[in-house]
Amino acid sequence: MGPAIRCSGLKKTYDGKVEAVRGLDLAIEPGECFGLLGPNGAGKTTTIEILEGLLEPTSGEVEILGMTWRGHERELRELLGISLQETRLSEKLTVRETLHLFASFYHHPSPVAEVLDELSLNEKADAMVGKLSGGQKQRLAVATALVGNPKILFLDEPTTGLDPQSRRQLWEIVRQFQQRRGTVLLTTHYMDEAERLCDRLAIIDQGKVIAAGTPEELIAGLSGHHVVEFAISGGNGGGEEIWGRLAGVQSVRSEDGFYCLQVDEPHHTIPALLVAIQQKGAQLAHLTTRQASLEDVFVTLTGRHLREE
Amino acid sequence: MADLEIQTPPEEMLRPPTLVNGRWAGYRALLGARMKELWREPEVIFWVFVFPLLLALGLGIAFRNKPPEVTAIAVVNNSHAQQVVDLLQHSPSKGAIHADVLDESVALDRFRLGQYSLVVTEDDSGMHYRYDPARPESVLARSQVDDALQTAAGRSSPLKAEATQSSEPGARYIDFLIPGLLGMNLMNSGMWGVGFAVVDMRQRKLLKRFIASPMRRTDFLLALGSSRLVLMLIEVGLLLGFGVLVFHMKVEGSLLAILLVAALGAVSFGGVGLLTASRAQKIESVSGLINLVMMPMWIFSGVFFSYERFPQMIQPAIKALPLTALNDALRAIILQGAGLGSQWIPLAILAAWGGVSFVLALKWFRWS
Repeated sequence: MGPAIRCSGLKKTYDGKVEAVRGLDLAIEPGECFGLLGPNGAGKTTTIEILEGLLEPTSGEVEILGMTWRGHERELRELLGISLQETRLSEKLTVRETLHLFASFYHHPSPVAEVLDELSLNEKADAMVGKLSGGQKQRLAVATALVGNPKILFLDEPTTGLDPQSRRQLWEIVRQFQQRRGTVLLTTHYMDEAERLCDRLAIIDQGKVIAAGTPEELIAGLSGHHVVEFAISGGNGGGEEIWGRLAGVQSVRSEDGFYCLQVDEPHHTIPALLVAIQQKGAQLAHLTTRQASLEDVFVTLTGRHLREE
Repeated sequence: MADLEIQTPPEEMLRPPTLVNGRWAGYRALLGARMKELWREPEVIFWVFVFPLLLALGLGIAFRNKPPEVTAIAVVNNSHAQQVVDLLQHSPSKGAIHADVLDESVALDRFRLGQYSLVVTEDDSGMHYRYDPARPESVLARSQVDDALQTAAGRSSPLKAEATQSSEPGARYIDFLIPGLLGMNLMNSGMWGVGFAVVDMRQRKLLKRFIASPMRRTDFLLALGSSRLVLMLIEVGLLLGFGVLVFHMKVEGSLLAILLVAALGAVSFGGVGLLTASRAQKIESVSGLINLVMMPMWIFSGVFFSYERFPQMIQPAIKALPLTALNDALRAIILQGAGLGSQWIPLAILAAWGGVSFVLALKWFRWS
């Protein structure tokens, strides 16, 4: 069996000027949960909407389950479940009525009662959509995608703006779908979501894939997968270059008065760091160490953060 | 990555299909959902059903046919007073004039207060009328009373004249108004019910969500059109029923012909509404467009008064408007009992508007 989703050389130019996607290749295997991780405006939504057959690419090829949108739109629509960013469903219909409506579009839908059950929407089944909380609305949006009994689930920013509990509930739903051998493609700008949920991911910036792999591979690919963060006070100033010369330090960056050292072996670096601070005549004001995250991968690759406030 | 092991898919497969939907399941569900949404929107109920009835009621009362008014006059009490009263009693308009015999000072006081429109004094030199030229009813009373007295006293009219009163059902203002209101209501609800609804769904990205599913686009449009037809039945029933029950209006034509014309009107204005909404992204912009399209028809298409009042030069343009065509056909059938065949020109105009709009709407329509 070939990849569930494959695209190559994908480009999308709006109005002949704005290049939203600039040459993108992906291959997503059946049964995996694949994430497109990137900051706002990176081209994630444009990419996923091209793959969903809702946008025409300026150039490039898309194949879903071995079929193209041009030749097999009807068949493909029956096989995909899609949740868009920010769809506002009819407020004057109940949850159950909304699911019946979407189920009616599919030739072989899942029973509405089963989907309600699976997405913990039973209690709210007869409530008007307008009365739901943000998390419930988002679960309903995913439910409208699942009620068609799809083979592939597309989720565009499924947890943006949700509270932590609602986010975990949605992750659980995605995992359940995967356990039935469903394939998932989702976009997110939350690195923890990408780390916990995705089997593999592509980091996207300015319309291009700048890194791809499992979260572990991406982090391991960093030179130095521990991060030592510290701040000092006093001392005679001096540049960053002295931190870079410490034992085991791979890279240095400073932000908001903190220094971040990417290191391989913190137990070698930290004693050296303490000595260096003492020699400068400064005091240590703050010190933490942690495992490197996808955020560090992104910052290392682009020099920017995923979520620029 | 501590909390998520690499998952090996268990043997359970994607759910086997247990349900099968037929070809028209989507259409039926869309129509059902649309009707439920409309029904649960109190504003829709008001604007589509209650408002036209209130309008008909208000205008029907304002322009109702009042019974002939009785003119109250005072006759100054003197030796001639009885003669005046007798003359009035023998005049042809005795029912329309009520005369009281009063002392002069009382009569003048009450005249000043507006209780009497005229004070009549007869003395040896003849009749004296005291009236107020600034009060129309006073002016009217003067000529009415003079006419009555002169006729009763034996004046003959050199010209033979005859007048017929016209206040029969079928020729009153309310009879003219109800078919016009029906036409206007079909236009309003077609334009808003389709145009506004579509742009609202586009703005909420619901249209895009729909076409991301296997929903057939034709089913969506058919369901919108069908919901208009269902509402049309209620609109026609309510307005005509109201006219018949409250204003004793007489419906001359066949109900089937009325329903067919109303259906054509509902669908045609649905097409115009769809065209208006084909590209607009925001409900604010489509609201302006809808009003812009409807405005000329409110004025020119003979809803509240006959369009014959406009200059001859623009009559052909007025008759080419879809609402004019709809109103003309409805009036001919409802008021004159015309058959469908005789109305082919307005019906063709209406169908052309609907058809052309629909084709252009499909060509330009944006789902996202």
